[in-house]
Amino acid sequence: MKIFVCVKHVPDTAATIKIAGDAGFEDGEIKFVVNPYDEFGVEEAVSLVEKDGGEVVIVTVGKAAAAATIRGAMAMGAHRAILVKTDGQFLDSALTAKALKAAMEQDGLGDMVFTGKGSVDTESFQTQYRLAKSLGLPVANEISALSIDGGKAVAEREIGGGDKQVVEMGLPCVIGATKGLNEPRYPKFPDIMKAKKKEIKEVALGDLGIDENSGSIAIETLETVPERSGAKMIEGSVDDQVTELVRILKEDEKVL
Amino acid sequence: MAKTGILIETENGAVKDTTLGVMTAAAGQEIVALVMDANPADLKDKLAEYGAATIVAVKAGAGDIEASPDLAAECLAAAVGECGLTALLGTASATGRDLFARLAAILDAPMVSDCVSVDLAAKTAKKSHFSGKTFATLKVNADLFLATVRPNAIEAVAAPAGGEIVEFTADVADPGLVTVKEVKRGESGKMDLTEAPVIITGGRAIKAAENYKMLEDCAARLGAAVGASRAAVDAGYAPHSMQVGQTGKTVSPKLYIACGVSGAVQHFAGMKTAKVIVAINEDKDAPIFAKCDYGIVGDIFDVVPKLTEKL
Ligand SMILES: Cc1cc2nc3c(=O)[nH]c(=O)nc-3n(C[C@H](O)[C@H](O)[C@H](O)COP(=O)(O)OP(=O)(O)OC[C@H]3O[C@@H](n4cnc5c(N)ncnc54)[C@H](O)[C@@H]3O)c2cc1C
Ligand SMILES: Nc1ncnc2c1ncn2[C@@H]1O[C@H](COP(=O)(O)O)[C@@H](O)[C@H]1O
Repeated sequence: MKIFVCVKHVPDTAATIKIAGDAGFEDGEIKFVVNPYDEFGVEEAVSLVEKDGGEVVIVTVGKAAAAATIRGAMAMGAHRAILVKTDGQFLDSALTAKALKAAMEQDGLGDMVFTGKGSVDTESFQTQYRLAKSLGLPVANEISALSIDGGKAVAEREIGGGDKQVVEMGLPCVIGATKGLNEPRYPKFPDIMKAKKKEIKEVALGDLGIDENSGSIAIETLETVPERSGAKMIEGSVDDQVTELVRILKEDEKVL
Repeated sequence: MAKTGILIETENGAVKDTTLGVMTAAAGQEIVALVMDANPADLKDKLAEYGAATIVAVKAGAGDIEASPDLAAECLAAAVGECGLTALLGTASATGRDLFARLAAILDAPMVSDCVSVDLAAKTAKKSHFSGKTFATLKVNADLFLATVRPNAIEAVAAPAGGEIVEFTADVADPGLVTVKEVKRGESGKMDLTEAPVIITGGRAIKAAENYKMLEDCAARLGAAVGASRAAVDAGYAPHSMQVGQTGKTVSPKLYIACGVSGAVQHFAGMKTAKVIVAINEDKDAPIFAKCDYGIVGDIFDVVPKLTEKL
């Protein structure tokens, strides 16, 4: 099996995001990681290949600095990687999907594609659908359980309220992974060393015939969400506190 | 006037409250309500009250839209063309997220997910980037504007309109790529966290799975859903489907009551856009008090039952 995993290079969710200019952020100093949901995809692909043989190819669209993040995914067991290089910080999902497709086609299409359920930086939740549509493949997102058997994939999707939907599709297909699918492995030192020698093929976005500035969504402004400045503490006996809270919620805030 | 479609979501044959807020997001436009999963006659009064000029019952000419998400998206895509829509908005619910992403791929049109506000005239939408740390205002440069709106982010306001019902049968083929085999129901009657107007969450302090009963009793009075922190999920007190935060659900209720939650950034990533946040914690120095609206220092096992009693 040849499995592609789409891995996005994103700021660590614990990092402080400092706004730069109107619509950007300072990306020089903060830590970047594999998009957390994509890790579930990497783990699933690597364990499938460990079982049945084949190779796992990481595909990333991002700035040159993404190479370090890709090494992290390769330390988890992926064999090689393709980095489609961009200059800007933001590329809309339609162009990203185009770039992912072009990179895969150039490399030779695989038997399966994994993505995360969404990226934690732009929270767009759609790249995998666009990629699947353009490849003519079935797609299912937010997958927390998967079994592959007889050329078919059966997957479970979380649909809220504790309910799950079971879907079936033929292979190849695109699977958007989420928590529950597996426990991503923690790479050991020898794996990290081995990953340093693995191949990352770099291609410029323009060389795939895609104009970075042709997107149909642009960030106009990026602003920090204001933090609350601290709670109004409600004092008194438990009875007094609760009475006052209920009054505030009903009369002042009108949320009850 | 530009025509904006709203994908109507229903529950037990009635319009979901979260859908009404999405209709309000299109105030000032001619609203076309698209109904796929219920009898439009049952919804007419409500949809007209909240601004629907027309209500379109969208049906598939052949095939089962319940079993084929791609067929549902194809029908919706056909309806967008048929009705001459310049925008289509839906709810960022489990259904809406999946359907709109499929639709955007079919139409090859830009789509903004999980907006907290939209400006249809300016073709901009505001949404969270970086797990709730920043808001991005995105400008859409296309003839068709697709967006899903975060549940409860926009307060519903009545704006009566005609509500004329028409039928549209989409003559599209089922792509037959993905088949829904079954829906496994969790514990019956649980409200979906991401759509709940009020949420009461129990953290590690809840100490045992059975103690969530205390929160459920309170939730029943509040019309709330019950959430959990990751520490509570990891300790086995609650299933992952109840987890709020960066690796759980992102929620934006009108009221969020955190009981015995310390206030980690990863927890806040999932709930900081709630309108009002209340924390109950026995430690007066708990970090959560620095970033919520109202605080009560106390033992949750005293305060929560008292709250249930007073509601
Ligand atoms: C990559 C990553 C992702 C994460 N994702 C999430 C996520 O999605 N969601 C999430 O919640 N966390 C997440 N976390 C974990 C997060 O950092 C915290 O560890 C977690 O939120 C703590 O849960 P807690 O507040 O319930 O527990 P604690 O931090 O242990 O806090 C318990 C609180 O309860 C109070 N308390 C105890 N007993 C009582 C009582 N009887 N009455 C009143 N108060 C009492 C204590 O004073 C304390 O403040 C993530 C962490 C990482 C590294
Ligand atoms: N720039 C990118 N490079 C590689 N994969 C990506 C990129 N952007 C998105 N993806 C994949 O698509 C999924 C959904 O992303 P998004 O639509 O941005 O939420 C992510 O979890 C990734 O697997």
